[in-house]
Amino acid sequence: MTTFTPLNRRRFLGASTAALGAAALGGLSRPAMAADNLTVGFIYVGPKDDFGYNQAHAEGAAAVKAMAGVTVLEEENVPESQDVQNTMESMINFDGAGLLFPTSFGYFNPHILELAPKYSDVRFEHCGGLWTEGNPTNAGSYFGYIGMGQYLNGVAAGHASKTKKIGFVAAKPIPQVLNNINSFLLGARAVDPTITCQVIFTGEWSLAVKEAEATNALADQGCDVITCHVDGPKVVCETAVARGAYVCGYHADQSPLAGDMYLTGAEWNWASVYTDMVAKTMAGEPIDNFVRGGLADGFIKMSPLGPAVSDTARAQFEAVKAEIVAGGFAAIKGPLKDNKGNVIAAAGEGFVETDVKLESMDYLVEGVLGSTS
Amino acid sequence: MDQVEIGLWGVPLAILGGAIRVSTPFIFVSLGECLTERSGRINLGLEGTLVFGAMSGYAVAYESGNPFVGVLAAALAGACFGLLHGWICKFKGVNDIAVGIAMMLFGMGLAFFFGKPYIQPQAPDLPAFNLGWWSDIPQLRAALQVNVLFIAGGLLAVAMAWMFRSTRVGLIVRVVGDSTDAARAMGLSPDRVRLLATGAGGALAGIGGAYLSLYYPGSWTEGVSSGQGLMAIALVIFARWNPINCFWAALLFGGAGALGPALQSVGVSEGYYLFFAAPYVLTLGLLILTSSPDRAMQGAPLELSLTK
Repeated sequence: MTTFTPLNRRRFLGASTAALGAAALGGLSRPAMAADNLTVGFIYVGPKDDFGYNQAHAEGAAAVKAMAGVTVLEEENVPESQDVQNTMESMINFDGAGLLFPTSFGYFNPHILELAPKYSDVRFEHCGGLWTEGNPTNAGSYFGYIGMGQYLNGVAAGHASKTKKIGFVAAKPIPQVLNNINSFLLGARAVDPTITCQVIFTGEWSLAVKEAEATNALADQGCDVITCHVDGPKVVCETAVARGAYVCGYHADQSPLAGDMYLTGAEWNWASVYTDMVAKTMAGEPIDNFVRGGLADGFIKMSPLGPAVSDTARAQFEAVKAEIVAGGFAAIKGPLKDNKGNVIAAAGEGFVETDVKLESMDYLVEGVLGSTS
Repeated sequence: MDQVEIGLWGVPLAILGGAIRVSTPFIFVSLGECLTERSGRINLGLEGTLVFGAMSGYAVAYESGNPFVGVLAAALAGACFGLLHGWICKFKGVNDIAVGIAMMLFGMGLAFFFGKPYIQPQAPDLPAFNLGWWSDIPQLRAALQVNVLFIAGGLLAVAMAWMFRSTRVGLIVRVVGDSTDAARAMGLSPDRVRLLATGAGGALAGIGGAYLSLYYPGSWTEGVSSGQGLMAIALVIFARWNPINCFWAALLFGGAGALGPALQSVGVSEGYYLFFAAPYVLTLGLLILTSSPDRAMQGAPLELSLTK
């Protein structure tokens, strides 16, 4: 595994000097846009083997590493502070990175926004989807409609639950998380409309003890299928399985942790997204500043269904999945109220996955037990 | 086994279960710090020792396949950190608090560095006793899964209290902690006593770390401690340097920490950030209630840099 070490940096500098020397001797000049060699930097907020958010990105980086002519730099545990600017500048100035993937939500504002104008020949691709008109044009945002994956998780959960109570361990009440919670419940309600989903917020992206306590509290209340939206789902998975609850995964494949108790999981599929973006950059083609995709575009994928998923469940799961891939599927559709009784969608109204309204979600739908504040 | 509807009983049950599950690292770190501070030194580095103990315990348990070997390794690693702290503090003009902060960062950095390959693998867990066998309620049985280290921590608190009160070793530690001059007059070497007390304290903190990674939450991640080592050090002051009180204070902290998730699970979901602050609010409240200007530092070892 390549990690970002001084040794690597020296080796790379040596190699690039040699390459430059050879180019100068041969009297060659590189074309301005298309390039044979590209250095790509990946920056993670946590460890890249966390069975979660960062591992999903690192799997994408591994796919990029296999491409010809690409050098991949990776740095883990970079806080969402001035540190990420230092890391990005060092990747650009010392290693000659031409494409950066700072993958954490908090890297964008102000850090990418400050650096992008300074390095106009470097491309900054940020995960989270915050780019708006007026932001630097050499920066871009990409994200996937993973709420659909949680909807499919919910379908599997709805069939597996005997107590008709399912549980969700969530980090913070931001729109992406709320959309996942709502989708998970609505997927389960597509199976049985009496199902409820208990949500517990831990308040932080990574708090091992609190995640374990939250999972135990859910199990105590009789939730028999549990999923989560925290950075590293390992603790939630292991605790849920120890309490005899089924697990639906998130971010990456957690089936090695949960074994037979693993139903399915909503996974990122960054490998396809990253190899595509790197190929485009090398060919000198432009990348859209605002990139989105779902199941159909290969941005997300589902873990293989576990042995506990019944044949009826499998049939409905596959049918809904086909409907989503076909496009135009709305998880949030009327008549629907939030759990405080306000109308979210009138009868006949629906928000498909591409609807920007979903990205400012601030409610939990009817049937979710919990509160956003 | 079928689940039973327990509704609001979930809250006291979660507090009980949380007290048993979450408190063990607090018990070990605070007992270790109690021993160190009674000898007249403060070791703020125990947060780093806790994290390094969690990493080394997990790594060794995974490599050897035996969780108890992991606990032993964590204790050894913790002792090394403690001895290093004690040795550095022997030199003239060295401030134990500053060294402690350095040791904390050193321990965490080292743990992150060596812990990289152990984030993914699954190490064997420490065994637990099922003290809820008499009950038909699965939730109660789950809450009463008592780990061996929790019981060991309770026994250790009693043993340490007895040691301070009625043994020669305890007397030596107390004399060194209360008056360096008196200890010297008795022919004791305060530096050596403090070195050993800090080493033993570090070993206990290491065991606390092994509990984190080998039982609850049961895996090695870099955020596994999230400040529990520092809180445990504060607990010692709250417990007035008394090992038995350390044990109860740790239980209180563990139970209060379970309050936030448990209240959300029974439907009290508004203002959960406030409930997450429960352990700290509780500590503040108790400190204010039990405070008095006359005996602010009652029970504090007189040689502690806090009291001097």
